[in-house]
Amino acid sequence: MWKWFHQLASPPYFYRISAVLAPWLAILGLIMIAYGTWQGLFVVPMDYQQGDAFRIIYVHVPSAYLSMMAYMIMATAGAIGLIWRIKLAHAVGAAAAPIGAGFTFLALCTGSIWGKPMWGTWWEWGDPRMMSELILLFLYFGYMALRSSIDDTAKADKASAVLALVGIVNVVIVHFSVEWWSSLHQGQTVFKKGTMDADMRIPLFIMLIGFTLLFGSMLLRRIRTEVLYRERRTRWVREMILSPEGGA
Amino acid sequence: MNVSMQASPGLLTGLGATTKRDLLLAWKRPGDVLNPLFFFAMVCTLFPLAVGPSAEQLEFSGPGVLWVAALLATLLSLNSLFISDFEDGSLDQLLVSPQPLPVLVLGKTLAHWLTSGLPLVFVSPILAITYRMPLSVVGVMMLTLALGTISLSLLGSIGAALTVGLHRGTALLSLLILPLAMPIMILGANAVSLAASNDIYSTGVWALGAYAIASLSLAPYATAAALRISNE
Amino acid sequence: MDGGFAMGGYGAYVWSCYSLTFVIVVFLSWRGRLRQKRVYRDIEVRLKALEDRE
Repeated sequence: MWKWFHQLASPPYFYRISAVLAPWLAILGLIMIAYGTWQGLFVVPMDYQQGDAFRIIYVHVPSAYLSMMAYMIMATAGAIGLIWRIKLAHAVGAAAAPIGAGFTFLALCTGSIWGKPMWGTWWEWGDPRMMSELILLFLYFGYMALRSSIDDTAKADKASAVLALVGIVNVVIVHFSVEWWSSLHQGQTVFKKGTMDADMRIPLFIMLIGFTLLFGSMLLRRIRTEVLYRERRTRWVREMILSPEGGA
Repeated sequence: MNVSMQASPGLLTGLGATTKRDLLLAWKRPGDVLNPLFFFAMVCTLFPLAVGPSAEQLEFSGPGVLWVAALLATLLSLNSLFISDFEDGSLDQLLVSPQPLPVLVLGKTLAHWLTSGLPLVFVSPILAITYRMPLSVVGVMMLTLALGTISLSLLGSIGAALTVGLHRGTALLSLLILPLAMPIMILGANAVSLAASNDIYSTGVWALGAYAIASLSLAPYATAAALRISNE
Repeated sequence: MDGGFAMGGYGAYVWSCYSLTFVIVVFLSWRGRLRQKRVYRDIEVRLKALEDRE
């Protein structure tokens, strides 16, 4: 098992394996998403409090979940890259960032759109979750901006890894401080989600898993591109590209 | 045999030396210290011009405006934390010094706070009074500013270290520091607001103190790591 | 079967969320694929040029 991990960290091996794995993850994920969407939109009965608007949950929760998972992956990969100096780890961080930012943006938008009919407002400055998600978006932008402004790849890797790690602590702190703040200003609405029936919950799990698989596929593909770019001057890349099958 | 039996300077010497040096440099260039203070005053001036000078509005928004202005002024001053050292090569000297880098970083950050955060604390009452803040609340505000600017200097130094010498580093620095500064501002501004409405504000003050202590123990290491990364 | 097309009046909200999700997923995948193609092509061009020179 460790041998496999060790192999996985080898760029050419990863490049080949991910090409095989990614499509399967995508197909599986899309099937689950399709099923979950159908269930969530048309089959699950209407929530008596929120009406049909609650169906937004089936895309909002997966995107919020992915936005945070992508960040954890990014920060963990950065830590692994810094501590054990595994090149592939840094590629993972670089690849995860744009996907994570995209899902964070999606979570913010779907959350805002959901908020309008439910709580009467597009945006609530006092809601800890909305604020933490917004800060998460800034963290992603900061990470990507830092990476693109440092020319030397190794330096950019390490600097952004430090940033990602500092950011993790920060997201947690922001969440709690906004919670304290909104508890002061009692006038704000508290967005407590009620408990869900089992038949409402199952499609949510299916969507979560489906989106995670799809995310995995997108991530693998982007890491693959990162690896190809970083290793562009190596022999294995040269041999692969010049060989008849190529390696696209 | 213990090689360090030779008289090598202790940690406090290194700390004191870096702090003293930066203070001396700031003394020679008073603009670096005064400009952020003027900026602070200007931001405080802009708000009433923009939203109207009604007394209730001023009293209500005072703590928040002053805190935002203090944050922006600190951001401005953080830009120059490592820049001049980077440009004339002294940063490299710091990096190869036998003293541990976190200690030297702490020295620079301490000097930075003494020349930016602390002056802000003393200038703030003047502006607070223009916002019709009662004197008792002004005291709380100075306390929260003092604690908050300590954290800001420390956390900001991480961002400054990551972006030193980068093209367009200034804008990037602001983007990086904003998330870090948010909790400080939330705690500080709201503690002052609570004090203004005669509520219990101690939670905010304790939290700010805890934040300052945590930053003090952790930020120098992160900054030192960031400096090494930016300058290898 | 609840939740017909109008979604009990919330149609605009629900459908805009789902379509936005679709758009973003497609966008992210498309940009990823674009990057892969560009990186691959750049390397290929450079390697072929090196080969021709030899």
